[in-house]
Amino acid sequence: MNVSYRWLKELGPTIEDSATELAERLTYTAVPVDDVVWLGEGLDELVIGKVLSVDEHPNADKLVICKVDIGGDEPVQVVTGAPVVVEGGFYPYVGAGQTLPGGLLIKKRKMRGEPSEGMLCSERELGIGRDAAGIMQLHGEYEVGQPLLQALELDDYRLDVDVTPNRPDLLGHWGVARELAPGGNADLRLPDFPGQVRCASSIAKVKNEGVTAGVTVRIEDPEGCPRYMGAVIRGVTIGPSPEWLGNRLRAIGQQPISNVVDATNYVLHELNQPLHAFDLATLSGPAVVIRRARKGERLRTLDGKDRVLDPEMLVIADAEVPTAMAGLMGGEATEVTENTRDLFLECAYFDPRRVRRAAKGLALDSDASFRFQRGIDPDGLPRAMQRLIELILTLAGGSLDGDVIDVNPRPSAPGIVTLRPARVGHLLGVELEPGTIKACLEPIGFQVGKDKAGSLEVEVPTWRPDIEREVDLIEEVARRHGYDRFPGAMRTFRPTAVREDEYVESFHRLREVMIGLGFLEAKTTPFVPQGEGDVRLLNPLSEPEDHLRADLLTGLVHRVEHNLARGQRDIRLFELGTAFSAAAGPVPTESIRLAATWTGGRAPAHWLAEANDWDVWDLKWILGTVASLATPGADVRPADPSEHSATLDEALAVIAPDGRTLGRAGRLPAARVDAPPWAGDVWALEVEVTPGRPATVDYRPLPVHPAVERDLALLVEKQMAIAEVGAVIRETGPATLESLWVFDVYEGENLPQGTRSVAWRLRFRAADRTLTDEEVDRALGKITSALQEKLNVAVRGA
Amino acid sequence: MEDFLSRLRELEESGSAAIRAASAPDELEQVRVQILGRKARLTQLLRGVRELPQAQRPQAGAEANRVKDSLIALFDQRAAELTQGPEERAPQVDLTLPGRGRWRGARHPCTLVTDEICDIFKELGFVRARGPEAESTWYNFTALNTPLDHPAADEQDTFYLADDIVLRTHTSPVQARVMQEWQPPVRIVVPGLVYRRDPYDASHAPAFEQIEGLAVDEGISFVDFKASISYFVHRFFGEDTATRFRPSFFPFTEPSAEVDVSCLLCHGEGCSACKGTGWLEIMGAGMVDPAVFDNVGYDSERYTGFAFGMGVGRIAMLRYRIPDIRLLYESDVRFLQQFERA
Ligand SMILES: [Zn+2]
Repeated sequence: MNVSYRWLKELGPTIEDSATELAERLTYTAVPVDDVVWLGEGLDELVIGKVLSVDEHPNADKLVICKVDIGGDEPVQVVTGAPVVVEGGFYPYVGAGQTLPGGLLIKKRKMRGEPSEGMLCSERELGIGRDAAGIMQLHGEYEVGQPLLQALELDDYRLDVDVTPNRPDLLGHWGVARELAPGGNADLRLPDFPGQVRCASSIAKVKNEGVTAGVTVRIEDPEGCPRYMGAVIRGVTIGPSPEWLGNRLRAIGQQPISNVVDATNYVLHELNQPLHAFDLATLSGPAVVIRRARKGERLRTLDGKDRVLDPEMLVIADAEVPTAMAGLMGGEATEVTENTRDLFLECAYFDPRRVRRAAKGLALDSDASFRFQRGIDPDGLPRAMQRLIELILTLAGGSLDGDVIDVNPRPSAPGIVTLRPARVGHLLGVELEPGTIKACLEPIGFQVGKDKAGSLEVEVPTWRPDIEREVDLIEEVARRHGYDRFPGAMRTFRPTAVREDEYVESFHRLREVMIGLGFLEAKTTPFVPQGEGDVRLLNPLSEPEDHLRADLLTGLVHRVEHNLARGQRDIRLFELGTAFSAAAGPVPTESIRLAATWTGGRAPAHWLAEANDWDVWDLKWILGTVASLATPGADVRPADPSEHSATLDEALAVIAPDGRTLGRAGRLPAARVDAPPWAGDVWALEVEVTPGRPATVDYRPLPVHPAVERDLALLVEKQMAIAEVGAVIRETGPATLESLWVFDVYEGENLPQGTRSVAWRLRFRAADRTLTDEEVDRALGKITSALQEKLNVAVRGA
Repeated sequence: MEDFLSRLRELEESGSAAIRAASAPDELEQVRVQILGRKARLTQLLRGVRELPQAQRPQAGAEANRVKDSLIALFDQRAAELTQGPEERAPQVDLTLPGRGRWRGARHPCTLVTDEICDIFKELGFVRARGPEAESTWYNFTALNTPLDHPAADEQDTFYLADDIVLRTHTSPVQARVMQEWQPPVRIVVPGLVYRRDPYDASHAPAFEQIEGLAVDEGISFVDFKASISYFVHRFFGEDTATRFRPSFFPFTEPSAEVDVSCLLCHGEGCSACKGTGWLEIMGAGMVDPAVFDNVGYDSERYTGFAFGMGVGRIAMLRYRIPDIRLLYESDVRFLQQFERA
């Protein structure tokens, strides 16, 4: 919301602070001010010029030569291409050697042979409006040579106030002035307009329906419209607004349009009351009916759009058809035009929820609906109506016909909220006297009653619909007292009863391990195209990315491609995040995952070492390490050929203790990665994280007797899994077989067809004695014969 | 005697230097004749021992012999060096060559910031909590005192999965979930991904990290709130960072506050990061609205508390001077590697 500093000071004459001080005060006690803009920026040197004569340019059709009086001894000559320059008109003038707000330096120059000493400016050149088409003719009389800043009241500041949704009262200058005036509400006054016409109107109060000046006004939906005031002004002349009003509106970033429209806009920004003027001649009946729209009714609104209405929407209708969307926007057919003579003025309170629903349904935003949705002051209507009537009479002439009609089926009642000073102290941590509380609340319109048994009855002003409960008042006290006046003293606290989330430890361990392995943590977008996820967004930001990711790996692979495209060959990324899958109900299933993708060298290049790319054995080690951390007890095994064969080569699976598949890993087939020829194989893993503490460590005594090691070279058929061989050795080995591992696998010459040589080392040790060679030989014999028998595996060279 | 010893010392120094300076075997031989030969200076000095008083002779003799032995040893070593070819010399290791390395990993800058924030709040007794990212409108809005037909709901443009299921627009629904499950005292921090329908630009992303905090117990007041937040600001941003609290509006806190810290870049002077104000907005916070307590079944007369929330990406951008939030989500390894030592 844009606030003019001058306007504020007119409403609150006791305000003496500078614009920046006010901005600071508002920020610290109410709502933030995002910016303070000096409107006269770059306009210091401009003056008012009066065009004395306009003559044709001898050498150019589109140029004219003006003699302009700028208060000097002699008029200056200005050559301009502006389409219309009026003799005797007043214009903003900038002379040679001076600059415009945009930084344009004006130079004395010749235009088609005729010297031009300066320039007459358009609104846009001055930075005060959008109109760039023509130069800005000023309406009314001005003193020639007067600084433009004063003449146009541009010696003003615009405060850009970020009004929070709870403070509808600050959406008008009156409310902001109330907040800032030293004495608050009591200091405010409505200043007279230049040439103010007074009008002693009388108000006719009716419940649901009444007639004024021949116009029937009826509320058929009191819930949607609890109060509606109407007035008829006849004999107006529609025309441009005087300069003071245009200046006012421009100061807050609005464009002047015509006197009647500008008048409604002015009162809106002054008193925060949306208003509307109908061309009375266009209203059939004439009648003004506030009712629900009928199914299928249509209305073309002021923005030129045809709207299809439904009964949820509240409309203003004449005797036949809707003429305006209540609280949103007027209709084109009843709009005030330059030919309008008689006006019907509307000043109403519409239900915030109803306006909001209609605004959402029609995707229609307006200054009026923004305010109605937040809640205006239902008791502020009469004053705003009176202000509007007098302003229109002042600007457009005419006279009020009949009473101002006030249809009010549901009068508002002031809210009473009980406030316990003890509770104020309890919540804010500092005891505040009832007197202090009163001093915080009363200036901004609250009536604080006498202290009765430790509580105060507080009457809430009708412009504060946000104040309904005691805590709302406590916030008012806190902010008016000043947040910075409360100390920040650390006091003792009790430890929390909440147990830490069980994933925290898993995340921590997994991150440590991945980082230790040289991986970089990535965060990728959860939005993916169809095919990469089955949970669809109803309102996606962009069409292709309208689903939630079903896995993390796909996104990470895209990030690998992104890096490859930037010439990076060594890439190691991991991510901890959520994957989504569609479930039976509307809530998708979320699964917490660790995913990683990597490619390139296993280690940074070194002058001693051959370049060496990651391979499947690295994959198996990494997967084994993270799998058991991600889910305690998880096991890694080769994936069944049927599983994942299309998406991963050399695929491994992670199996939970309960047999569920928790993850997968492997090499990405070349077709799945958009990689340049110099890129290495791309490896990937993804595993579900299921929290749980890893198994506790139970100390085992260190061995005291020596171990005996034996090597066993076995001829194993190529189709046979080496793990099977290991299992048989383990089964048939004695209790003293402490460990065994493969230390060499050889395929090639000197071996029987279709076999490979697998060299095992077996380590034996007894806890209570030193093993003898005979004992170990016996055990070895048992193992080799079992291998021969069960697997047909022979000892090499035997 | 003193004179004798000082001449001896002088001879040792000059002799050693001459031996080391010799660059060829014949040159070294000349040096040997000069120092150790029959007519050499050392030989003469050794003879001079006899002329010293009887009592001083043993010491002088011993010292002279030590010098002689050390010079002979040096001579032998130099002679060996000069006769060997370069390949036969003791191998010289050039330790300016790089060591053999392993890749270094790195936490994401958002994780670095999240971890640090959680660690600081851990000192104040807060533990981490977590919750789902797809939420019902009840948890995301209603429980947090944000009616859907109130303009406050417009402040966060929401992604919908179904009529009453959204992607959470803040981590605050976890507050309600935790309070439903546990009785006070509650002290939790909630890091997590949240979603808003904002297109990517330099300071917005449709999914971003947030961190939320909640403390509930009997007797927690605005004073405790200010103290806890100030403690965090000082620990995280530095002791000399100023904090200011100013009114704001959030449906689930009352009084609500916006917390600003003095600009980390210009220290309050005013710069582009703080738009000339000298202050940076870092969190929204306030005392928990009693309506939230009512919604989760806490006694709002008995319990009070405070809550706060901040954008992790924004804090990371301030801390590491990252100019564009999109860098956080592009996963460029050249970006991520910069945090390997952080
Ligand atoms: Zn700054």
